[in-house]
Amino acid sequence: MSDEIRRHNEDLASLDKDYATRYGFQDPVNYFHKGARGINHEVVEMISRMKKEPAWMTELRHAALDIFTAKPIPKWGNSELLSEIDFENIYYFMKPIEHQQSNWDNVPEYIKKTFDRLGIPEAERKFLGGVSAQYESEVVYHSMREDLKKQGIIFLDMDSGLREHPDLVKKYFGTVISTADNKFAALNTAVWSGGSLIYVPPGIDVKVPLQAYFRINAENMGQFERTLIIADKGSRVHYIEGCTAPVYSTDSLHTAVVEVIALEDSYIRYTTIQNWSRNIFNLVTKRASVYGNATVEWVDGNLGSRLSMKYPCIQLMGEGARGEILSVAFAGKDQHQDAGAKVIHVAPNTSSRIRSKSVSKDNGRASYRGLVKVHKNAANTKVSVECDALLIGEDARSDTYPTMEVDNDQVKVEHEARVSKVAEEQLFYLTSRGLTEDDARLLIVNGFMEPFTKELPLEYAVELNRLIELEMEGSIG
Amino acid sequence: MPDQKALFEFNDIHVEVDGKQIVSGVSLKILPGEIHAIMGPNGSGKSSLSNALMGHPDYAIMSGEAFLDGRSILSMSADERSRAGLYLAFQYPLAIPGVTVANFMRAALQAHRGKDADMSDFRKLFKAAMKALLIDPSFATRYLNDGFSGGEKKRIEILQMSMLNPKMALLDETDSGLDIDALKIVSEGINRFHNDSNALLLVTHYQRLLNYVKPHHVHVMIHGRIVKTGGPELALKLEELGYDWVEAEYAQGTGA
Repeated sequence: MSDEIRRHNEDLASLDKDYATRYGFQDPVNYFHKGARGINHEVVEMISRMKKEPAWMTELRHAALDIFTAKPIPKWGNSELLSEIDFENIYYFMKPIEHQQSNWDNVPEYIKKTFDRLGIPEAERKFLGGVSAQYESEVVYHSMREDLKKQGIIFLDMDSGLREHPDLVKKYFGTVISTADNKFAALNTAVWSGGSLIYVPPGIDVKVPLQAYFRINAENMGQFERTLIIADKGSRVHYIEGCTAPVYSTDSLHTAVVEVIALEDSYIRYTTIQNWSRNIFNLVTKRASVYGNATVEWVDGNLGSRLSMKYPCIQLMGEGARGEILSVAFAGKDQHQDAGAKVIHVAPNTSSRIRSKSVSKDNGRASYRGLVKVHKNAANTKVSVECDALLIGEDARSDTYPTMEVDNDQVKVEHEARVSKVAEEQLFYLTSRGLTEDDARLLIVNGFMEPFTKELPLEYAVELNRLIELEMEGSIG
Repeated sequence: MPDQKALFEFNDIHVEVDGKQIVSGVSLKILPGEIHAIMGPNGSGKSSLSNALMGHPDYAIMSGEAFLDGRSILSMSADERSRAGLYLAFQYPLAIPGVTVANFMRAALQAHRGKDADMSDFRKLFKAAMKALLIDPSFATRYLNDGFSGGEKKRIEILQMSMLNPKMALLDETDSGLDIDALKIVSEGINRFHNDSNALLLVTHYQRLLNYVKPHHVHVMIHGRIVKTGGPELALKLEELGYDWVEAEYAQGTGA
């Protein structure tokens, strides 16, 4: 690493002082297992062996590593930043403790303290049906309400899921996102660890949200969780994930793959509030297949990270399927949020709605990268795309890269894109009522985010507003 | 030195917008309990004067002085002037999408009371203020001025005034865009707010509002200057004869 990059990174770290106090603290840890830096077939073999996986998974991992190695760095998003990632400097597998716990009392003190500070056990007591807490590569704590278990609902970390429900995992794993989908999906497939497996039996309505929390603690850590959600016919489930990491001056990697399958007449909402520290590269592939009359909603909040590339995707496979993607991205100083959405209409009478909102502040950059594809057979489809960007300050940047491929005539497509600045007139109006300029700006930004915030459970809405406040502090207008 | 008796006083105010002088030496002294009206044709500089006094960054005060309760305000930012007790009811209130009227009002009141001040009475005060102005309770959760009619926006301006309870309120064309029923409701709101210890400066093109809110003093502003001052009868004369005669008087150099 050149001195210039190091200095730049140290500058970034110092920006994060508030983040550091609230989320960015580090635990000194003696890991049960800490592999070496770098990636090769031995690392992949070791991970698979430690997890005592079936042969098909081991083979899949090795094949995926070859695909990862062969594929070049993507030419879009931000290739310049991506090429800074030193894959040989990353730890690909760290196992903090030997056995996962289902009782907080048995979780080591330092980890318990971490999740206490992040409010996890409290949230579980208050309103969650199940909680999974991943620390580095593995889930250290997992629990689900007994009444949900009795209904046949499966909510496990992915490693336990593969052990306990090998046929279910084999049936769906990699069917929505193939190994070769992109370089980072291949990397995840090679070294995945942790994540969630959810299966909801036919007709069951999981009335309380299930939550997973992902925490990266070590420096130069790579977290590669793998999540698979299957809602069987007529069932309903809401899954929430949150993420944070300590502040370091060197980079870490978060590369998840999330596959969601909504069978006929089912409903899945997947809510993400990620709040990574500014040294995290966040390169995530998320995709849902939605069958007849089913609905999938991605509610995706992107704060923090150095570079995020994430485009939740919905494939409308069955007639009457519906999809919605509501996302916000906040790009602060030196950050690039390359976020977007993809909808693919395969079946007729399907509908989709994309709402993307981004805020760029200082020299932050937010990009919307979107794809709408309507197949030849997808008659009578409705598509609505709405992009809103808010710029704060002269150096903030916003780009939109929308792509539309429509191969059917009977399609109703609406597309709207707006870029606005925090207007002087609005600021004067609010300051003339006694609000300081910073408070006025924060109020305008919170208002801008409101269509997103109001979709969140109250606790998360409050948290998101707090995070935005943190991002806005010391903002230069 | 400010006049100890005056609640609001400004002297020889010059205002520039985009480098162009719009207000050219305006002075006024307002005592507690008084209602003043500045009347004038379009482009006379009366709205620029009120925006400049409130601290709008685009309306630069090039020279002059202004005192609220004896305190010089021109070095204060807009929010400091607001917290010091100055209020401007906007001619064109701005929309703030995503921010509900209630949340905005709470934030403004909190700013006036201080960050850690108790706000437990807010709901009650807010409800009562809404009711007094016949504002439908559903407006509490609507986004501030977003899609509101002209009359609704003006009512919300008066609502804010009644909640923030300023010492000195500048009302910029508050009657514009109001039908007769709305004008009555808004005027009643203004009259309820007014008392012996605060003061009003009504900035208006038409005399209409002055039928309901009775001024003690009327000033005519033309070409960035106050050219005539009188009692309520002056407003009636302007209503009848328009501004031409004042302009003519002023042009001849015989103005008051």
